[in-house]
Amino acid sequence: MIETALDGLWFGFRVALEPHNIAWCFVGVLIGNMVGVLPGMGVLATISILLPLTFTMKPVAAILMLAGVYYGAQYGGAICSILLNLPCHPPHAVTCLDGYPMTQQGRGGVALGITMLSSFVGASFGITEMIFLAPVLVQVALQFGPAEICSLMLLGLLAGSTLARGSPLKGVAMTVFGLLLGVVGSDVNTGVPRFTFGITELYDGIEIVALALGLFGIAEFLKSINQKIEINLQYTKVRLRDLRPSVADLKQAAFPMIRGTLIGSLCALIPGTGPTIASFVSYAAEKKISKTPERFGRGAIEGVACPEASTHSSVQGDFIPTMSLGIPGDAVMALLLGALIIQGIQPGPQLIREHPEIFWGLIASFWIGNIMLVLLNVPMIGIWVKLLTIPYRYLYPSALFFVCIGVYSANNDLFGVAETLAIGIFGYVLLLLGFHPAPILLGFVLGPRFEENFRRAMLLSRGDIFTFVERPISAVFIGLCAVLILGQIYVRLRRPKTVAAFASTEQQAAAE
Amino acid sequence: MTTGGKSLGWASKRDFYAGGLMILLGLGAALEGQNYNIGTMRQMGPGFMPVALGVVLVLIGITIAGTSLAGVADDGESALPAQPDWRGWLCIIAGPLLFIIFGKFGGMAPATFACVFVSAMGDRSASWKGSFLLALGITVFGVALFSYILKVPFPVFKFFNLVPL
Repeated sequence: MIETALDGLWFGFRVALEPHNIAWCFVGVLIGNMVGVLPGMGVLATISILLPLTFTMKPVAAILMLAGVYYGAQYGGAICSILLNLPCHPPHAVTCLDGYPMTQQGRGGVALGITMLSSFVGASFGITEMIFLAPVLVQVALQFGPAEICSLMLLGLLAGSTLARGSPLKGVAMTVFGLLLGVVGSDVNTGVPRFTFGITELYDGIEIVALALGLFGIAEFLKSINQKIEINLQYTKVRLRDLRPSVADLKQAAFPMIRGTLIGSLCALIPGTGPTIASFVSYAAEKKISKTPERFGRGAIEGVACPEASTHSSVQGDFIPTMSLGIPGDAVMALLLGALIIQGIQPGPQLIREHPEIFWGLIASFWIGNIMLVLLNVPMIGIWVKLLTIPYRYLYPSALFFVCIGVYSANNDLFGVAETLAIGIFGYVLLLLGFHPAPILLGFVLGPRFEENFRRAMLLSRGDIFTFVERPISAVFIGLCAVLILGQIYVRLRRPKTVAAFASTEQQAAAE
Repeated sequence: MTTGGKSLGWASKRDFYAGGLMILLGLGAALEGQNYNIGTMRQMGPGFMPVALGVVLVLIGITIAGTSLAGVADDGESALPAQPDWRGWLCIIAGPLLFIIFGKFGGMAPATFACVFVSAMGDRSASWKGSFLLALGITVFGVALFSYILKVPFPVFKFFNLVPL
């Protein structure tokens, strides 16, 4: 097993180190880092804007770049949390708790230094996990028939919608709505146009770029405009030499970093629990086992090291179910899968065998990208800090232009812009009603494959719906779904204090 | 996001409206799905999935609205934001609309300028001059990047071609 993994990795490095690929990887992490720093710009919106530009690129380069934006933004997001106390990226909301007090004590540089170190440690572990675990998962998943794939997708969708932020019931509603949006367009089997209402542009289905940019671009702008955020720039003067942590700092941060990494890598394996939950859980755990819990929230270095390591190991681990099973854990992964599908690559367990250059190239690029990010962040910290000072009133109009041109270039058609605007306004209504739009994207991306496999499974079982519980592997997935639903009901009815408190801190983070 | 929801009357039943919207969407999907062939369990037609999903959505909607009416789970939050921001909303919505109109009749440069300028005016601290300069800068940058470097097929100006494409 180790030998094949090392072989694969060697092959991957050869792919990722091709000048063309390494250049796009650099562009990706650079844009990601920049977007992460900018308050009020989201990773999802950025990836969707870049998505149409990758249509003409080679699949490997496209996916390396888009993935780079995702993990690159995590490095930038921490800067925003620590220096400005702004949790602009949900996974880094926890980092504010101890990162900002450290900044106030004049130790912001050290906090950033430790963050970069923890990020790298966490990410490295997440990548290693992927190298060894993904091929094993693939071996299992290759045995799956349509019934198994179908129930696995159901599990992924349920987990993605109930374990994420907000009310689980509303999450499921959004997933179903996403599945319905995935139905729009010509039916694969019969070619019958569905829900097109006579609009020819809709025959190919809803454009994924329009959906993502409407929900995470325009709807977000409508929500955040004229929301006064106090930005305090008094602590943003960080010099390069401030970044170096002392030996005592390192000693204090070492074990929390490792514990955070482990928690993050576990969270990555459960679909639906992405980096945000990982960072919250690891912070809570670290505080619990600490001998001096009262230091937390007042600038404890463990409170920075642990959640950051956790976030990054979870971010890299997120790619495991996405790349090996074709089941995305969150909206970002759904978007990346969408990018693969647009390139004509079927995601799923056969991906590693049919397109090893994508799988191993991506893994190798994670290492390269993470090293680039550390190198980018350390000497350029001054420039990133400058970016923090760009006010929102300049950001969102520029972003709106990128949204328009991005969606236009998907089909070279202005219809897409109108589609995005309509989805955006509806998305804002959903936000006002307390829905989180992320599961829509999950449902939308998985929808067509879910329907196809469901129909095939029913055909194979001669119309017997019980095939899903009669086949053992499928039955396990369905059982897990039932556990998930019953667990949610149990939690709702009992509502112990800890869960409520956890939910409220998270809601706060989400609101901010 | 904390507003004294109770006094807002209808708007405080946010979950009730959330559930209602889901019921409407589900009903719409289920009814429209009837127009396509539903098929049999063994050989499903294109109508099966929309109808099934529509029914599920209606059921979820009823649960959301029901728990709200029963007062079990309603978070009591307002369905309306604390302060309606018509200026911001109008300007942001007008941005892409102008992009479409100017893009159709004027080309990429005027479309970009109009979109950025108008949406920038949505911020209450924006000034005419600041928005103008921002729009100008983004137009120059955007045309250079998307038209000349990335070669997106979108004419920069089409003043001399009044027939819409």
